Amino acid sequence: MSTAANAGFSLMANLPALQVVVPMIAAPICTFLRFRNGPWAFALLVSAATFWISVNLLMQVLGSGDISYEMGGWPPPFGIEYRVDTINAFVLLIVSGVSLITLPYALRSVEREVPRDKHHLFYAAWLLCLCGMLGITITGDAFNIFVFLEISSLSTYMLLASGRDPRALTAAFQYLVLGTLGATFILIGVGLLYIMTGTLNIIDLAERLGPVSDTTSVRAAAAFLTVGIALKFALFPAHFWLPNGYAYSPSAVGVFLSATATKVSIYVLLRFQFTIFGDIPAFAELDFATLLLPFAIMAFLVGSTVAIFQTDLKRLLAWSSIAQIGYMVAGIGLGGVDGLTAGIVHLFNHAVTKAALFMAAGAIFLRVGSMHIDKLAGIGKTMPFTTLAFVLAGLSLIGVPTTVGFISKWYLILAALQHGVTGYAIAALVLASSLLAVIYVWRIVEVAYFREPTANREVTEAPLSMLLPLWALTIGCFYFGLETGYSVDIARAAAQSLLGVTP
Amino acid sequence: MSIETHIQLALLIPIIGLVGIVLTGRIPNLREAVTLITATANAINVWSIFPAIQSGARPSVTLFEMLPGLTVNFTVEPLGMMFAAIASTLWIVNSIYSIGYMRGNKETDQTRFYACFALSISAAIGIAFAGNLLTLFIFYEILTLSTYPLVTHKGTEEAKRGGRTYLGILIATSIGLQLPAIIWTWNLTGTLDFVPGGTLTGKVQGLSAGLLLALYMYGVGKAALMPIHKWLPAAMVAPTPVSALLHAVAVVKAGVFTVIKIIVYVFGLELITTESATNWLIYAAAITLTLASLIAMNQDNLKRRLAYSTISQLSYVILGAALGTAMGVVGGGMHIAMHAAGKITLFFCAGAIYVALHKTEISDMKGVGRIMPVTMFCFMIGALSVIGIPPLGGSWSKFLLMVGAADAGFQFIIGVLILSSLLNVAYLMPIPLRGFMLRPPGAGDGPVKVQEAPLACLIAICITATLTFVLFFLAQDIFDFLLPITVAGGGQ
Repeated sequence: MSTAANAGFSLMANLPALQVVVPMIAAPICTFLRFRNGPWAFALLVSAATFWISVNLLMQVLGSGDISYEMGGWPPPFGIEYRVDTINAFVLLIVSGVSLITLPYALRSVEREVPRDKHHLFYAAWLLCLCGMLGITITGDAFNIFVFLEISSLSTYMLLASGRDPRALTAAFQYLVLGTLGATFILIGVGLLYIMTGTLNIIDLAERLGPVSDTTSVRAAAAFLTVGIALKFALFPAHFWLPNGYAYSPSAVGVFLSATATKVSIYVLLRFQFTIFGDIPAFAELDFATLLLPFAIMAFLVGSTVAIFQTDLKRLLAWSSIAQIGYMVAGIGLGGVDGLTAGIVHLFNHAVTKAALFMAAGAIFLRVGSMHIDKLAGIGKTMPFTTLAFVLAGLSLIGVPTTVGFISKWYLILAALQHGVTGYAIAALVLASSLLAVIYVWRIVEVAYFREPTANREVTEAPLSMLLPLWALTIGCFYFGLETGYSVDIARAAAQSLLGVTP
Repeated sequence: MSIETHIQLALLIPIIGLVGIVLTGRIPNLREAVTLITATANAINVWSIFPAIQSGARPSVTLFEMLPGLTVNFTVEPLGMMFAAIASTLWIVNSIYSIGYMRGNKETDQTRFYACFALSISAAIGIAFAGNLLTLFIFYEILTLSTYPLVTHKGTEEAKRGGRTYLGILIATSIGLQLPAIIWTWNLTGTLDFVPGGTLTGKVQGLSAGLLLALYMYGVGKAALMPIHKWLPAAMVAPTPVSALLHAVAVVKAGVFTVIKIIVYVFGLELITTESATNWLIYAAAITLTLASLIAMNQDNLKRRLAYSTISQLSYVILGAALGTAMGVVGGGMHIAMHAAGKITLFFCAGAIYVALHKTEISDMKGVGRIMPVTMFCFMIGALSVIGIPPLGGSWSKFLLMVGAADAGFQFIIGVLILSSLLNVAYLMPIPLRGFMLRPPGAGDGPVKVQEAPLACLIAICITATLTFVLFFLAQDIFDFLLPITVAGGGQ
């Protein structure tokens, strides 16, 4: 523990370490809790604790500036430094918040979709995954990012494959192959940077990279890192593991991962692009974020188009996620404070929206037992509250004003308009993609409300443990769409700190 | 109560009514009572704002700040006041009519019907009172979404198809054209507020001005400027009370209201009259109003004929705004009120004929006037008002539009308006003529048995028909009330 801890353990001073350590230690304990609902209750408790820590960290950062925490009291760049600034405090909050709100929901979903004798392992994997994602986000050490990335990836493979649907196994294997590929690329990138600079601390890296920046090795490192990270967040055309992964895993896993995993990877991209490579003149003419822009545009166009033709509700949502990732990367690619704000705020906005949609889908799956769109006929009558929440969150996906989706698109289009004629074209494409979203959301509405219930007349409304988190998120879609003080201001502050612009 | 509270209440009362309607859904009599009470309370509340606006006040309420400088704000000015007053007053009449129609027709899901109706009215008032483009856009979308269940009310394949066209066109144009126009405006001026005299003056000229105007005009799909008009005939699958209030009054009027708002308060009349690149709108409106009248002549389905007639009449309003002269704008604004009274009467009659006789095609309506004399007489009054014959309301607004066209130097527009009035005669008058002159088939030579629509329907029809007559004498008041919007400073 830190020097401060030696003088007397101070909880508030050690929050950065606790953020990761609490779920990490909790995970193995969880495997011993083999009684009914024990693992679940424990995971919920741990999640609540990590959320509390995230809230406090964000408040500390907003109140008194960036936090630098020396793991084990070793000063950087020799020891591992945990560094909390506005952007990763924001991502920490998203990740732990989503975990906290998804766990109450998970109870019934997991009961039904995961064999009972594996519950303790499931929740242990959940906590490990949480630990990995929080670790990636909080650490200030490039190699440490890779370590936590592996922790989160391995536990993700487990979570994806934990359901009863055998198709989940192939999906998990697909992700395993691509994820390993991505992780290897990242490792190679980090290795190259280490060879060139002799340091792994991110702040230190950024300083020492200057003199050697115009070398092939550093360029190669940047390329490996960018491609490796893009694989992890399923940027088109490296997206094909995602639909199957989200569609065939237990519903709660889909909710949790869709709202967090890709967001964390995009954070890593931001960290490497802006904190490490940001200030280097040699990269000015070879801007990796801009190179990603065409892929981002393809992602939202292809993602939205393919979503229209899906017959499985969860796959439809997963394809829509691919499109939404495109929006985030497009914001980052467009650059500037507006562009980055659009990208970062969409991390949060999409987490709220998509978690709500996957929750609704999971609740329907629990009652209907199928995700085939034809089986959802008349669901608006048999499960009115779930379906209404789905429609409202769907409006946010489209980007109707008063929803969070609108806020993201507004900033994205404003950022695009600063790029002249190309920008106008991008703005037009963003709007076109929104219209595609209208089509795929409305397909569900028509089936749900206008077709008579056929096979599933006995379907009843989802249990309260699912409805409450679902509606909390749905209301969040609108609350944060009207009251943007938290999300947009924090995202803007994060964008400014990444770009080194003083507000 | 302060005037600001009244503004918030105007939005809130229909929502409270909605909750009441849903809660009392199982007891139809109570539910209808809730609807009527809500509608009446709402109208009283809206009218209580009127005197302040007349004396030059422009009360304003800000609810949220969505983004820096972008607020959800309501500011009441004369045009919005008039629109809100029309929508809220006609809601009472329409509720009376709905009770007769929905029960007479034994429609299902009536609770959903009344609930969505209340929500639509709240949205229409939100549009009327919107203080900036963003707020207007929000309520514009809410209006589209809340009327969708009403359009598809019957749930048949045809209703679903109609609903898809309705939603598809309105959402696609608003997100695809109107939203970019709003963002463009924001980019140019840094404000989306409605400001008397406009905010775009000096910020945009030439081709860009024409293009921006086009994005707005076609983006406001509810104004049904051709070729963005197909949704209106498609929406005619809805039950007639919906067609009457929403598609003759609230929804389409929200469209042309938005058009006037944008031209007066965003572009500014000075920009519209001096910038020749915006003149295309005059021609587009003239073409729409003529073509729609021609198409209306070929429609045998009564509601579809009325729908095309509505498209034509909407372009009168757009035309008035596009002319950019004081008389044109006031004439256009007044036409919102005059046409609302006339067209709601026509739709009420069409619905009454359907409830009583189950006839929808004009060719089947021989002798209907002898079976339903009151209904057909009121239809004739409504038709004469839409055509523009004194002493009925529609005559004044058309007169003002002609004066406005002359002021703007577009003399040919006078010719277009006269031609259109003649076309109106040609497609509206045959209906009462056939109704009264011909004998119903199979009725023999004796007296025809009178078989009128339910009483609630008849009461509503008589009220609106009387209204077209009363409005003729109120024209000067409406004129004085609206004129301030055309002068610099907005008459504050």
